[in-house]
Order: sequence, then C-alpha cells, then structure tokens
Amino acid sequence: MWIYQKKLEFPVDIKCPDVKMAKALLAQYGGPDSELAAGVRYLTQRFTMPDDRCRATLNDIGTEELAHWEMLGTMIYQCLRGASASEIEAAGMAGYFTMHDKGVFPCDPNGVPFTAAYIQSTGDPIADILEDLAAEQKARATYEHLMTLTDNPDIIEPLRFLRQREVNHYQRFGECLQILQEIIPNNNVRYKNQFAECCTI
Amino acid sequence: MNCSCEYSKENLLKRISEIQFVCTELNLYMDTHPDDMAAKEDFACYASELQDLIGKYEELYDPLLGFGLSVPKAGSWVRSAWPWE
Repeated sequence: MWIYQKKLEFPVDIKCPDVKMAKALLAQYGGPDSELAAGVRYLTQRFTMPDDRCRATLNDIGTEELAHWEMLGTMIYQCLRGASASEIEAAGMAGYFTMHDKGVFPCDPNGVPFTAAYIQSTGDPIADILEDLAAEQKARATYEHLMTLTDNPDIIEPLRFLRQREVNHYQRFGECLQILQEIIPNNNVRYKNQFAECCTI
Repeated sequence: MNCSCEYSKENLLKRISEIQFVCTELNLYMDTHPDDMAAKEDFACYASELQDLIGKYEELYDPLLGFGLSVPKAGSWVRSAWPWE
C-alpha cells in the first residue's frame, strides 16, 4: 500500500498565472512520456521482474514518479490560478477550458487524453527495462524543451529538479539492465523456457 | 508558533525536504547496491535525522502522514494546507 505524505517532494510556488506554460506542462502530466505514464509503467512492470534489486528499483522509482506527478499537477494548477478567460483563449486553451474549466486533467498539450497504450508490460525483463531507459531519456528531453519555453524561475527551478531526477533514474535502470544481463544466460529464449518450466501459470 | 528560528514551519519543512531527498537518493542507490556498507551507514544516519525532524514538525505544526502513521498533535489533517495551495 501507499501512505500519503502531505508535502511536495520539491517546493512549487508559482506566483503569477502563465497559461502558455500550463498548456505546455500538460505534456508531463498526461502525455506519453509523462510522470503518470512513468509511475504506472514501473509499478505495473515490477510484478514480473525476476531480481530483488530490479523489483526494488521499479517499486521505488515508480513511487517517486507519483510524487513528481503531484508536482506537475501543482504547477499546472498554479499556472492557471487567477488567469482570465481572455488569457486562456490567447494561449490556445479555449478547448481545454470548455471541457475542464481550470480542472487539472491528464491529457497532453494538444488535448489528447492519457491512455495505457503509452506504456508496456511485456513480462520480458530486458524488454521492460529497455523501455524504462528510453522513457527516462524522453522525459529528460521533454523537460529541456519545457525549460526553453520560459524564463520564470518559479517554473524553471522545479523543472530543473525534475530533469535531474530523470538522469538519476536512468542511471539506476542502467544498473538494472547490467544485473539482468548477468543473471539471464546469453540465450534469452532459453531463459524464458526455464522460467516457464519452473512457474506454473 | 511563529518563531523565525530553525524550528519555524518553513525552515523545518525545508530541512525535512532536504534530508528526505538524501534518503530517497540513497534508497534508490541501495536498491541496486544492497551490500554497500558505507551507503547503509549514511542511510541509517539520515533516516534517523529525518524521523526526528518529522516528529518535531508534527509536534509543532501539522500532521505529514495519513492513515495513522502520524498521531495528530498540533494541527489537523483536514484543515492544514494542501501542498498545491
């Protein structure tokens, strides 16, 4: 189970509305490489991960991603707080406003709703960890794009923190890949057969 | 409770976030390096400091953990500010 801690992992205090950035930040709230996708991906893949260390990594990074998702929701909420209807329209968010008002909804900046099709859980440990490595790199690139879109330090500081977390998670998943390559014999198909033999499904 | 000392609400929460970040990083490192004794020692030290800080914060201000992991003393779970406010 999870226990909620009534604080953010990193402080967010955006003082002035910024609808353009609210729209852009949706990429990391409900897009394909979002914190939501990351959290669901890792917490789902962990069930069939065959090594204690890799299971722990998926469990704990997946948990941290939920804290990042909360930071993104906070950033979007604060960027919309106090914004006028004309500011929302000027930033190209009239469609979003029509459907969600200032509610925070998991979609990408173009309004495409979040879907589990963004993630995989193949049951193949190496395929899953390779997806996770790619996910961390795609999220890092997205944070860099977001950081080029604003010069507001209230927004840049949490983005810088979140970008760095992607780098650190990538490092840990790289170690998981090494671990799996050591414990899984060269012939991956043979490993899978052995796995099937010892586990009654 | 409005002191500007190291136990002000803002300072205590900042310190908790800092030490908790150290613990998070060490936790993830130890996930892939479970036998690293130096990391284990560091983790024990910072985790103990974190427990003390959380205890202090909850004694003076608001509960941080739900579901019975905090026993509310000073503040209220419902009425204390939510982190996005």
